[in-house]
Amino acid sequence: MTESSERTVQLEVENINLRFGGVMALDGLGFTVRKGEIFSIIGPNGAGKTSMLNCISGRYHPQRGSISFEGQDVTRLTPAARARLGIARTFQNIALFKGMSVLDNILIGRHTHLKSGLFRGGFYLGPCRKEEIEHRRFVEDIVDFLEIEHIRKRVVGTLAYGLQKRVELARALALDPKLILLDEPMAGMNLEETEDMVRFILDINQERGITVILVEHDMGVVMDISDRLVVLNFGEKIGEGTPEEVQQNPEVVKAYLGGEASVFLGR
Amino acid sequence: MSVAHCGDFRQSYKDDMKVLETRFVRVSVGAFLVLLYVFPLFMSNYATSTMTTIGIAVIGALGINIVTGFTGQISLGQGAFMGVGAFACSYFMRILHMPFWIAMPAAGLTTAAVGMVFGLPSARLKGLYLAIATLAAQFILQYLFIHMEAVTGGSNGIPSPPPEIGSFAFDGDRSKYYLTITIAVLAVLFTTNLVRSRDGRAFIAVRDHYLSAEIMGIHLFKYRLLSFAVSAFYAGVAGSLWGMYTGYISAEHFTIAESINYLAMIIIGGLGSVLGSIFGAIFMTLLPQALTVGTGALAQTFPKIGFLIMSFKDGVFGLIVILFLIFEPDGLAHRWRQIKAYWKLFPFSY
Ligand SMILES: Nc1ncnc2c1ncn2[C@@H]1O[C@H](COP(=O)(O)OP(=O)(O)OP(=O)(O)O)[C@@H](O)[C@H]1O
Ligand SMILES: [Mg+2]
Repeated sequence: MTESSERTVQLEVENINLRFGGVMALDGLGFTVRKGEIFSIIGPNGAGKTSMLNCISGRYHPQRGSISFEGQDVTRLTPAARARLGIARTFQNIALFKGMSVLDNILIGRHTHLKSGLFRGGFYLGPCRKEEIEHRRFVEDIVDFLEIEHIRKRVVGTLAYGLQKRVELARALALDPKLILLDEPMAGMNLEETEDMVRFILDINQERGITVILVEHDMGVVMDISDRLVVLNFGEKIGEGTPEEVQQNPEVVKAYLGGEASVFLGR
Repeated sequence: MSVAHCGDFRQSYKDDMKVLETRFVRVSVGAFLVLLYVFPLFMSNYATSTMTTIGIAVIGALGINIVTGFTGQISLGQGAFMGVGAFACSYFMRILHMPFWIAMPAAGLTTAAVGMVFGLPSARLKGLYLAIATLAAQFILQYLFIHMEAVTGGSNGIPSPPPEIGSFAFDGDRSKYYLTITIAVLAVLFTTNLVRSRDGRAFIAVRDHYLSAEIMGIHLFKYRLLSFAVSAFYAGVAGSLWGMYTGYISAEHFTIAESINYLAMIIIGGLGSVLGSIFGAIFMTLLPQALTVGTGALAQTFPKIGFLIMSFKDGVFGLIVILFLIFEPDGLAHRWRQIKAYWKLFPFSY
């Protein structure tokens, strides 16, 4: 944990304002995420967590503020351009390509790395075939890693919820990202599935060296695996720091009133 | 027998990625190809020429399936795009004196460019709104076919010279058939490969979930436009072949009815399926002919109400199409896969 403070800054979010009509979804929000850490964003329902991820991935454009990734200002870039820079994500509500097989879904993650265009693809000439095999190998590594070998040929629309979540994670990993945004990866999972997911996130972070921004309601998990976190309430930052610091922050405790608060904060 | 392919013994990713997975399938497809080429030797000129129209329809259907079935953008302009191809090809041959072998791809590219222009609204429009924009393309092009007389001959139409190699002209039923079927086979191969490589997968991703596609680094507008271009290219080639087939092209053929015909082909055959494009093309070409024969025979048997029976033809055609949509909503290709899966495990039903 102490070493994380020495790491270089990877993502810098400054003074973000995001408004939907009368709703202030994000209000002057700012934080920095360092390379290689697990950084969590927590807060009650409607606090603006998903909105924040959407601003980072380029789905939403904030009215004010700036976001820079590895020193480059990405505030005005399209989602596709940010993906090419190495930002990947999963969604709170599963957003897979339902008509495609698991493998094809994950192969889409290789899109920015593949080179064969229309003609080479259509004629499936040597270089295209070679490339497809090479990237298939990359994808199979991820399939092994996430333990989804048995379903690789299945159409994703027919899979159980927990497995679909895993395929979504696989697809994001196929992008070979530097930063991955996970929006409630454990929501709706049973204990065993949750434990698996925690293991995967830790491996992604430690073995693959990918920075993780995690949005999650399971406070046990968040306090356990996060290096640092921010706490949002009605779009405003009410706390920031290591899990210990946040748990002792009186303002955070106040925001989660009553007995539920202690459960929420994992105390 | 199907004993050969129970179980999965693929050794490498290369094996696993083969289009024709088992020896049984490879042999069947090979046999089918041979059959395609010896077919006219045993069949009447009428049957051969019907097969030519099926070949042309297959190319056009593959095209519209790329933009509609694979990329998820309803197009109501495929008929007009075929017209662009037909007129362009004829123009290139007659006025610019290009040989057919250059004129046809050039007509394809011209049509692709036109398709791209009319695909521009896809930057902003989706679903039915985009469909209406393509309908506008259909009507604008139809208007141009009638009024650009220098190129299209206006309402009189214009001749389309036959392709030639040396002194040999493709003007007989058989030679037209061979040329068409060869290009159709190439189109099937190209499409099959396309949809299992990078750009084809991107098309499907844009269809299934455009927001995630964008998050995965896929440039949405580029692929939406590209699908229009590719689709129109196929239409341009199909139109060129249509010109060769009829020898004379007139605007009448490239109406909204033709566009809807193509849309129906891929809905009946199977959206987003290469095989479905083929099935749909066969079905929609043969059904009206079968009905003509059927109602003709009936009319002769009952001469008093013969006229009435003949006039029911279009109604029956519509009815059969609707019944198909109700009972085979996933298309013929889907049914075909189910039948295949059944036979694979025969005689064990599960
Ligand atoms: N596209 C949108 N249009 C209008 N309002 C929106 C939109 N997206 C988010 N909001 C609003 O912004 C606020 C923050 O929503 P957000 O989804 O970011 O919350 P959250 O913290 O992710 O909540 P949850 O824990 O329920 O997922 C909410 O009031 C929500 O209604
Ligand atoms: Mg949310």
